[in-house]
Order: sequence, then C-alpha cells, then structure tokens
Amino acid sequence: MSHAFAYALVGAGLFLLGLYALVAYAHLLRKILALNIMGSGVFLVLVALAKRTGDAEPDPVPHAMVITGIVVAVSATALALALMLKVSGKTGQAVLPGRHQD
Amino acid sequence: MEAILANADWGVIVILLPLTGGIVCFLWPAVSKTAGLITVAAVVLAVAGLGRQIMEHGAYRHTVGGWGAPLGIDLFADGLSLFMLIMTALVGLGISCYAKSYFNPRDAVWFWPVWLFLLAALNALFLAADIFNLYVTLELTGLAAVTLTALTGRIDALSSAMRYLLAMLAGSLAYLLGVALLYHDSGSVDIATLAQRIEPNATVWAALGLMSAGLALKTALFPLSFWLPPAHASAPAPVSALLSALVVKASFYILLRLWLELFADFAEGVSTLLGLLGAAAILWGSLQALRQTRIKLLVAYSTVAQIGYLFLVYPLASASSGLAAGIAAYLAFSHALAKSAMFLAAGNLMRFGGHDRIADLDRAVQRLPLTVSAFALAGVSIMGLPPSGGFTGKWLLLDAAMSQGRWDLAAVMIIGGLLAAGYIFKVLGYAFMQAKEPHDARAVPAGMEWAALLLAVGSILLGLMASEIFALIHPDLVANAGGAVERVWTA
Repeated sequence: MSHAFAYALVGAGLFLLGLYALVAYAHLLRKILALNIMGSGVFLVLVALAKRTGDAEPDPVPHAMVITGIVVAVSATALALALMLKVSGKTGQAVLPGRHQD
Repeated sequence: MEAILANADWGVIVILLPLTGGIVCFLWPAVSKTAGLITVAAVVLAVAGLGRQIMEHGAYRHTVGGWGAPLGIDLFADGLSLFMLIMTALVGLGISCYAKSYFNPRDAVWFWPVWLFLLAALNALFLAADIFNLYVTLELTGLAAVTLTALTGRIDALSSAMRYLLAMLAGSLAYLLGVALLYHDSGSVDIATLAQRIEPNATVWAALGLMSAGLALKTALFPLSFWLPPAHASAPAPVSALLSALVVKASFYILLRLWLELFADFAEGVSTLLGLLGAAAILWGSLQALRQTRIKLLVAYSTVAQIGYLFLVYPLASASSGLAAGIAAYLAFSHALAKSAMFLAAGNLMRFGGHDRIADLDRAVQRLPLTVSAFALAGVSIMGLPPSGGFTGKWLLLDAAMSQGRWDLAAVMIIGGLLAAGYIFKVLGYAFMQAKEPHDARAVPAGMEWAALLLAVGSILLGLMASEIFALIHPDLVANAGGAVERVWTA
C-alpha cells in the first residue's frame, strides 16, 4: 500500500467521522466543526491522490483545487458561525429548535 | 454595432453584469432598488444575445483569460444551458418586479445585493464546463440562498436558514469528494474530456454515489427533503419564490448534466432508484401538502412533490437521454414559473390578511381577484391541466412511461395530479368562503399582484409555445409535443 493511498484512506475516514458528528450532535458549534472536519478529509483525499502515477512530481491541479476549496470553506464557516450567533442570541442556546413537522 | 452585438462574449457578460450590479447595490444602498431592476433587465437582454449566438453558431465555448482546459476555466453553453439561463432571467425579472414593492427599506438594502450575487452564481453555474467550477458555483449559490432565507432575522427564518446551510454544506462536500475521485480516475475535470475517458470501475462508482447523494440532498429529493419546507416557508415571499423556482433547479441541472454526459450508459440501477425516490416524493409531498393549514407550507410541500416529477426522467431516459433531458428542462421551467407565481400570490395573501392560515382566507377572491387568479392559473400548471406548461411536460413524461411499459410510474403521475388538484382547490375553496370572524385587511400594491399574475400567465403560455421551446433543447421533442397538443384537441 502506497503512502498516498494511506493518506487518501485517512481522508475518507475523516469525511465519515465528520458526517457522523454532523448528524449525531445537536450543538451547532459541533455541527460546524464536523463540517470542517469533513472538508479537511476531502482536501486530504485531493492532495493525496495528486501523486497518482508514481511520478516524481505530483500533479499541481488538485492543489489548486484545495486552495479554492479552503477559500469556500472559510466563507461558509464564517456565514455558519454568524448564523449560529444570531440563533443563540434569539433563543439563548446554540441548538436548532425541535424538528419541524416533516 | 451589429458586428459588436454578434461577436460579444455574452457568456462572460451574463456573469459579470449581476456581479457588478450586486457590488453597486452593496456600496450605494440608496440606489439599490433601481440598480437592481436595471441589472436584472440587462441580464435578460444579455441572455437573449447569447441565445442568438447559440442559434446561429451552435454551442458556445469561451476560455476565460485565454487559458483553456485542463488548467484554465472554460465557459460552455448548449441548448440545455441556454434554456436554464432563460428560465433564470425571466423568472428572476418577474420576482424582481415584485420585490421592488415588497421589501421595506431596511430589508431591501440587503435583498438586492445578495439576490444579484445569487443571480451571478446561478448564471455561472449554468455556464460552467467543468465539474470543479460547478462545485464552486454551487457553493456560491447555496451561500447566497441561505443569506436570503435569513433576511428577516426572525427566529424561525434564522433556524431554518441554519438547517438549510448545514444540509447545503454536507451536500456540496459529498459532491466535492466525488469530484476528487473522478479527477483521480480520469485526470480531468472538464466534462467533455471526462465523457471520453470515463469507464465504470470502483472509483467511478464511488464518485457517482457521492455526487448523486450530495446533489439529491441539495435538490431536496425525498427522503432528503427535510430542510426544504421550513426554509421555503419561513423566508420572505420573493425569496421563497427564488428558492423554489430557481435554486433547487441548479443542483438538479448539475445532476442531469452529469447523468447525460457521464453516467447514463452504465448506471441503470441508480436511475431506477432515483425514479423510485421521485415517485415516493410525488406521493409523500402531495399528501403532506394536503395536510397543511398554512399556504406557504402547502406550497413548499408541493415543491417537494414537483421535484419528484423531475426525477422520473432518469428511469425513462434509457430510450433517449436527449429526449428525457428536454422533458426535464421543460418541466423545470414550467414549475419555476408556476411555483414562483404561487409563492408571490401567497405573499400577497399574507400582506393582505397579516397571516397565511388557509381556513381564514375570508373571501380573498372578491378582495384580491388578481392574486387569487394568479394562484389558480399557477395551480392549473401544477395540476397538469391543459393548455399549461405543466400539462405538456407531464403528458410527455406519461407518454414516455407508457411506451416503455412503466405503468407503475404512470399511475404515480396520475395520482400526483389528483392530489395536486386536492390541495390547490383546498386553498381556492377557502378563498371563496367568508371567515367566521372578519379581519382587517391591508392594501396590496398593484405591482405585486400583477407580477404574480404575469408569472402565472407565463406558465400557461409556456404550454402554448411548447414546439418552439423543444426545438431549442431537442429536435425530436417537437414531433412528440405537437402530437400531445393535437391529441388533446381531438379528444
């Protein structure tokens, strides 16, 4: 098993771990952190799989994608944190109110 | 002048116009209303320019900054992209005319810039030629849509925006992981290149699963539709209309595009699954809509059901994928017109009575005739009665199902139509009745009533112009659509 493949597996593991935490925990900060861990998992997969043919030089394109992905993740996290503060400011706690009738 | 118009890079202009307009609205809030309306009208004209180019020279491709694939970003538009752009521009213009009178000055300052950013993101999405650019534009669309949902700052809007955002981000990360796997497998993100290189193997199957699940979550395909009804029901009326009419179509478009170009040949089992979920969505969404006591929730659940129809094209695509794409795009357009009209009409009823309880509509038909007509006309299209766009789209779908012997899907479509008639007549019935206690009524600006009515009329006109529209997306459909209309008139 190559190094790159091991890193990719760790990335997939982080993605699943984050997905579990996103569903399992009620606190919004935990959910937002869980999404960030999922994102890091995806970025790790992208970086690890960049070295795919056994060449000396890894492919730079996935690295460029990760940079773009980080910018998107930072903006999304900022919006999520701002919304969380608004929700906890109105209700006094950072959890989503009881599930809607669906 | 003529040469400039014919050779301009309309694809770039279609993205840059709303982006610039959004920044102008953000920097100078005092002019945001005027600048916003002018920008949206200009986008309609730019899309027309792009349409003319595509009609004359075939598919449009532009390499941004002269950097082509694989390193650079390409813009690409064919008949399907153009059709989605036209849908976005026209429905967006109708909703903008409504929003001009709807928002108080405090909310308008935020609505216009974010809506124009959303428009730029949607246009860029429909013009994206590679799956990574699709990810970025999908994320931009989601962030703008969530911001618009939270616009009023009320607690129900904030918490449903939060739930919406969490679902959006999880969906796009699953999609991005699929992009990573496809890139690893084929060494490209350009859809055209991928289409040549793709072969079914474990990596591609994993990518297909992740991308389909992520996009189904973002399109609110049952049972991943939990976030949609609260978000669409708690947002201000023009925002609900934008979300239901346009934003859910964006992720649906990506799934359709991927399916047409990459996956259709080998993933028949998944097509069947998507079709079954679509059928379940029709039944579940319609039944939930029937149970609602508030108009906006009723209309939101109706969206869940109508999204189900869009997913029925996947199992029926085996005969001709181009045909199925044409039907899906046409259904998406007619739903966009009808559903935006319904949400705007619901917004008028809320403005008028101060509430949206169906049982207390209190003779709205006498006091707001234009609004109730808009709701009824849009309902004709949602139910799928002739001569509306909803009818032609559903008829073509039914025709495809029966010619392939899929009686189960045909039955679901017919039951879905009956249930839709049930929930629409429920609203209309109460609109004719007098409430037990009389209510104070507030005046509704005429512009808001007319905007809703014009969109609803558009959803009917779409049915009358079916042949012209299908010529744009897929030539084979013209014959079928003509047949559908003839069969109705002779029946």
